Amino acid sequence: MSNKKFNGSSGYVVTQDLMDAVNVSIALQKPLLIKGEPGTGKTMLAEAIAESLDMPLIVWSIKSTTKAQDGLYMYDTVQRLYDSQFGEGDVSDISQYIRLGKLGEAFSSDRQAVLLIDEIDKADLEFPNDLLWELDKMEFYINETKETVKTKHRPIVIITSNAEKELPDAFLRRCIFHYIAFPDEEKMREIIRVHYGDIDQKLCDNALEAFYEIRKMNDLQKKPSTSELLDWIQALMVSGVSVDDLSSRMPFVGVLLKKNEDIEVMHDIKEKGYSLRHW
Amino acid sequence: MFLDFFYLLRARGLPVTLNEWMTLMEALDMGLAQASLTRFYHLCRSVLIKSESDFDKFDQVFMEYFRGIETPEQLPQEFWDWLAHGELERALDDHGDQELFARELEELLRMFEERIKEQKEEHHGGNYWIGTGGTSPMGRGGYNPTGIRVGGKGRHRTALQVAGERNFKDFREDTILGIRQFQMAFRKLRQYSTRVEGVEKELDLDKTVDETCENAGMLSLAYERPRKNTVKVLLLIDSEGSMLPYSRLCNRLFQAVSKSNHFKDLQVYYFHNAIYDQLYTTPRCKLRDSVETTWLFHKLDAEYKVIFVGDAAMAPSELHRPGGNAIIGIYNRETGMEWFNKFKKRFKKQIWLNPIAERDWDYTYGSATIQDIRSIFPMYELTLTGLEAGLQKLMVK
Repeated sequence: MSNKKFNGSSGYVVTQDLMDAVNVSIALQKPLLIKGEPGTGKTMLAEAIAESLDMPLIVWSIKSTTKAQDGLYMYDTVQRLYDSQFGEGDVSDISQYIRLGKLGEAFSSDRQAVLLIDEIDKADLEFPNDLLWELDKMEFYINETKETVKTKHRPIVIITSNAEKELPDAFLRRCIFHYIAFPDEEKMREIIRVHYGDIDQKLCDNALEAFYEIRKMNDLQKKPSTSELLDWIQALMVSGVSVDDLSSRMPFVGVLLKKNEDIEVMHDIKEKGYSLRHW
Repeated sequence: MFLDFFYLLRARGLPVTLNEWMTLMEALDMGLAQASLTRFYHLCRSVLIKSESDFDKFDQVFMEYFRGIETPEQLPQEFWDWLAHGELERALDDHGDQELFARELEELLRMFEERIKEQKEEHHGGNYWIGTGGTSPMGRGGYNPTGIRVGGKGRHRTALQVAGERNFKDFREDTILGIRQFQMAFRKLRQYSTRVEGVEKELDLDKTVDETCENAGMLSLAYERPRKNTVKVLLLIDSEGSMLPYSRLCNRLFQAVSKSNHFKDLQVYYFHNAIYDQLYTTPRCKLRDSVETTWLFHKLDAEYKVIFVGDAAMAPSELHRPGGNAIIGIYNRETGMEWFNKFKKRFKKQIWLNPIAERDWDYTYGSATIQDIRSIFPMYELTLTGLEAGLQKLMVK
């Protein structure tokens, strides 16, 4: 069992319960499934863990076309065929045509690694089920070479999901689950401090006030998140606009709200207190 | 020792399995809760609960089992009055004497109950009675790592009452039919073909072998277009009015369809009770967000699989009379029945999904119009089995 412990890192504000969840998943050697609104720092968590535990970080970004097999290994048949045609390389040695995927890389790493499976919900519905065995046993079999790739050091597996698709129960049962709640104002100040240490207090106050006012509008299609707030604050700092009555003028609102309809809805609500523009 | 808790969770409808329970036991054996209730709470939650929509239910069961003070209303009114008078708050770094705090929850709750019986007046800043700003395990605004907070705002959040705050109430949803189940059903709507436009990028093995042979053994690679789903879907949803009770169910269906990215094309429009000259692009069915139904007929080819979703329960005039349109101010020259028949002629495959249970179709309000619509389209109830049967129907040649 590993006695490594995650205690947060300098560039990432972590709550006690999230820290506990990470440590539970490390101790129990089970994947940690992280859900939360976009922009609450799900992906950054893995970076922070890798940094604070001084481990290599292996990122497997999932796309809609990703197959489970892609993460294990790929057998480059075409290369082998070419080599046999032109008499290059040792064609009888299949293993040189086996390319390990991200999962394979993490399993065979000489040091314990942090494996981030990013946005698992992007993939096909069956995708998580196809990984059950590999994540359980932390090993897989290469048919072509009749070898089994086993872990030398069980990687710390972090899986993120934006809840675009629901994940299968069998997969969920094997995970430790944590939901990153949207940070409250106090936590948000801390996050801002971590990013822009010596920020002007008035700018910070006014920006937060305007930000949470917008967050409260339920008619918005996409509420702004932490990363958008950070971008907005940076835009305010760089441009040097006056920070008085930010919430009524809303400069650079496009940084916070990415949809035209949302900007209109926001102005409606600010003027009249309600909006009739329904989606 | 917590086995009752496990059964209570299951009895309250949380899908906790034995495997997860054993994992929790393992975690407790490893001392991961570190003798702290808050950590124990978080540990239980992260191991046993796998969806934020179940957090609220879990919070309630947790409180029920650990017999916290789940409804502060149960406390005698005097306690609230005493607490309301003194708002003295202890400095956050002033922890008092740490050693005094090692208390078991059982004992704490027993003490709390006893103290309620004993206490006859206000106390603030002390270490025994229930009051504000002290280090007694009960009260608020003070510090005690294992204490009970009585109302007020959480400052240290160390108490069991984190669960009592029910922060996840908004995420709660009582599952009727999971989106995932719907999505799995919609996978049936597949018809693969390589005859769609696209780059030839997949290796065609048979052709490669043939061409290589013809090429006297020198390798010659042949590619083909990847196989793609050719199914196109037109989803028409009845909204507002009598459909409101089913809005959550329909919303799930809509979510499942719109998240299914395997269709070649998906078109969604709304209608109110029956279809006439206009279809609406939003569930509000407002004229300014409408398209002409005939325009849709021109735009979409006959291959679109049409899925109507609606209760089909309405006034017979809405189907059989010109001008029967239930939306005031719009006159229809052709009846709803005529329009539905146009759909039947225009598209090859169509089904009607009805959220009303099939066994009620002959008796419920609107049974007459349900019969009328069934005479045009095959109708299925909006359950998993009904949906599967309906989708099957759409795919049969």
